[in-house]
Amino acid sequence: MARIVVDPITRIEGHLRVEATVENGVITDAYSSGTMVRGIEKILKGRDPRDAWAFTERVCGVCTTVHALASVRAVEDALDITVPPNAEIIRNLMFCSQFVQDHVVHFYHLHALDWVDVVSALSADPAETSRIARSLSNWPKTSPGYFADVAQRLTTFVESGQLGIFANGYWGHREYKLPPEINLLAVAHYLEALDWQKEIVKIHAIFGGKNPHPNYLVGGVPCSINLDAVNAINSERLNHVASLIKQAVDFVEQVYIPDLMAIASFYPDWFAHGGGLRNYLSYGDLPTEGYGYPDSYKFPRGAILDRNLAEVHEVNAADSEEIKEYIAHSWYEYGAGDEEGLHPWDGETELNYTGPEPPYDQLDVESKYSWIKTPRWRGHAMEVGPLSRLLVAHASGATDVSEVITEALGRLGAPIDALFSTLGRTAARGLETRLVAHWMQGFYDDLITNIKAGTTSTFTRERWEPSTWPATAQGVGLTEAPRGALAHWIKIRDGAIENYQLVVPSTWNASPRDAQGQRSAYEASLIGTPVADEDSPVEILRTVHSFDPCIACAVHLYDPDGKQITQVQVQ
Amino acid sequence: MAKPEASIWRLMESKGYSRREFIHFCRFAAITAGVGAAGLPRVVEAFQSRPRPPVVWLHFQECTCCSESFIRSSHPVVADVLFDYLSLDYTETLQAAAGHQAEAALHDTMRNHPGEYILLVEGSVPVANDGVYCTIAGRTAQDILAEAAEDAAAVIAWGSCASNGCVQNASPNPTGATPIHELIDRPVINVPGCPPIADVMTAVVTHLLVIGGMPELDSKGRPREFYGQRVHDTCYRRPFYDAGLFVESWDDEGAREGYCLYKMGCRGPVTYNACSVTRWNEGTSYPIQSGHGCIGCSEDDFWDNGPFYRHLPEFPGFGIESTADKVGAGAAVAAGAGLALHAIVTNARKRGEIDKRVAGSVKETEIGEGGKD
Repeated sequence: MARIVVDPITRIEGHLRVEATVENGVITDAYSSGTMVRGIEKILKGRDPRDAWAFTERVCGVCTTVHALASVRAVEDALDITVPPNAEIIRNLMFCSQFVQDHVVHFYHLHALDWVDVVSALSADPAETSRIARSLSNWPKTSPGYFADVAQRLTTFVESGQLGIFANGYWGHREYKLPPEINLLAVAHYLEALDWQKEIVKIHAIFGGKNPHPNYLVGGVPCSINLDAVNAINSERLNHVASLIKQAVDFVEQVYIPDLMAIASFYPDWFAHGGGLRNYLSYGDLPTEGYGYPDSYKFPRGAILDRNLAEVHEVNAADSEEIKEYIAHSWYEYGAGDEEGLHPWDGETELNYTGPEPPYDQLDVESKYSWIKTPRWRGHAMEVGPLSRLLVAHASGATDVSEVITEALGRLGAPIDALFSTLGRTAARGLETRLVAHWMQGFYDDLITNIKAGTTSTFTRERWEPSTWPATAQGVGLTEAPRGALAHWIKIRDGAIENYQLVVPSTWNASPRDAQGQRSAYEASLIGTPVADEDSPVEILRTVHSFDPCIACAVHLYDPDGKQITQVQVQ
Repeated sequence: MAKPEASIWRLMESKGYSRREFIHFCRFAAITAGVGAAGLPRVVEAFQSRPRPPVVWLHFQECTCCSESFIRSSHPVVADVLFDYLSLDYTETLQAAAGHQAEAALHDTMRNHPGEYILLVEGSVPVANDGVYCTIAGRTAQDILAEAAEDAAAVIAWGSCASNGCVQNASPNPTGATPIHELIDRPVINVPGCPPIADVMTAVVTHLLVIGGMPELDSKGRPREFYGQRVHDTCYRRPFYDAGLFVESWDDEGAREGYCLYKMGCRGPVTYNACSVTRWNEGTSYPIQSGHGCIGCSEDDFWDNGPFYRHLPEFPGFGIESTADKVGAGAAVAAGAGLALHAIVTNARKRGEIDKRVAGSVKETEIGEGGKD
């Protein structure tokens, strides 16, 4: 029996450590630990609720915007504000562009190197790569000369002896299965995607002024629409958005999806590894008739238990019995005891590090071992993310989603059960990118329709001034981040934040065990995963990366309702 | 002596570029870097003789927005930065290696290139409770920073987290989040912003590597090149401010005409950054152009100088309140006085020390490459 430690898990957002026990070449147990904490909820206390989006947006710069969206929705829910239809559409466009950019970057720059052997690409025949590329799609950059140039660039790079970001990779590992020509194709698209990803986020810059971290606004969006002014969202700005959407659809359809299918076809075993939990949660998002009408969402809301796709359970984030958080294995303490579970509105937390003194070699996994708390839905450990969204949508009868899933599985010759796996998760991310890219075009068309009809408002003024607010209010804002279900809970008193809490996707997926010993998604998925070489555990990266970890999001300090807050140790 | 490593000229040569094209490229780079034709010989020298400089990028308490911004760079595009300009030997966000192989890459660079590698730091360092609030590979951020800074040729603090502590440093700063210049006994080039503008980030790096020295720094260690003027001074909406035309409420008639956002809380008048000139995302826009005021994300303590939508007359320590609402020429004069208050003090000692280290690095490289070109 061997204990493998991977720290840092790279090609993710944040600081994640995985310890795994391996027996006879198979992982028998695993422990996931978030090793950084900042305490943003505590910092929010007492501030203007209208500022909260900016603070919480800084929870994550990879999935930038999603916390801002959850935050303005939480405040709007508390203050009973309904934003104008155009603001909803612009938020949807920003949501969609974030998804497409984030998923493409995840696939090529964070995940691909788990499947693609960069060094193998050096021995590729560029002409054969060209032939393969042309058989996959109509993407224009597929000539033999193009791939020969990429191969030459890579050769020069490797021969320089300075491998930079490719240094010390698992190159030559026997678990890499792609032929050199596909590896070369993937390297070429790694570079193209790096160049392309900076384009789609210009939609954030147009509507929100910048990316990362565009601006949001409680009550609407900060940009105005005026076709009679150069200094607002006008025809030129709209044309720019339209052009970027078209480029996005092209890139996803002609590069990302063909590459995903080609690579997946060489790793059929990975449709059988890494399934993990059997429960899936999605809050849903992309409203077509307003945030207040979840039935109109493109991504439906619901929960699936025990992989039973015949039944979708209703989810209510405001119900104090549904979502609770546990700290049995997290470096916090509860006044009522560490075995308790608390709904976020009643959350209570204090940092209490009890781990080994740094520098350390191993965590004490029998005790507390992470800065991530452990959320549960009706007591169940839930997986969140692209796979959960697609399963909930499919099970809810969303035909456009079902068609995309069916078509892809047909091409791969795989049954729907294949989705319950490491590669299923990775495939689901690609498939929803297809959907989102096309939906983005639809939302753009809706915006143009509104503007044509003379509807240009982007802001609801009535509840902007704190003097219009009730003395106390509470709200919850739900969204789907690229990595899964995200919610913010807020309590407002006398115009200021009394309490503010977040439960984020990677909190669900990356958390340690709960008080009952139930594992969360990362830990459950790693069990049963084969490890061919304990010194180079590429298999651990495959499964962990299939979730697209975002650990700065997952770790934060929950604000206690009361005096204990002052006991947090600050030196 | 280190084994010969490819220079940018050799890389270009291998791609089939002629010497003439190489010189043309260097001329363009010289102009881009702001040194003009006079700086061309230095650029040519740098490009043809130096291997790609080793770079280490550490991540501590951050949200990775700085890394995300960096890859948005449009000139140069980031693929060229990674493949041609530098050797990014350690960055948790992008590197292929993980776990002990990743740490080995870090230590190889520190061991094999002492005094040569550039250290880039994203994130603040928590010092409360002996640093347990951020550990990597079982070590505290503080410990890792101290080791990596020791032999770096230069240290750049990316973004507001590393430069001034940013959001986790806001009151009550539960983890003791600390900017790195307070923790290491050597000069730090601060590139604040949440995040900094992509092309500013790559410009600072290429300036350091290509020109072989630093642009002037102000008293806060920021490159004057990008932090020498207030957003307000070069804002394209400034004429509306001077004319007294303000947005009074979100999406009102003034907003729809693009009037000045001063009354909506815009921090442009007290924020030193390049947003209104360089703009964001290849010049696509910047916050004010898209209708929201500047929140001052490159200034110290900007999170605690809110709320963001309270306009500056109530803003502590800012001197134009008496005239701002009266508007017109009087306000413009007052704002100009504000600029004078911000005396940009070049820290000569700091700049000199960085130049010396970088120059030293270049010199060693020249010896290693002697007679080969």
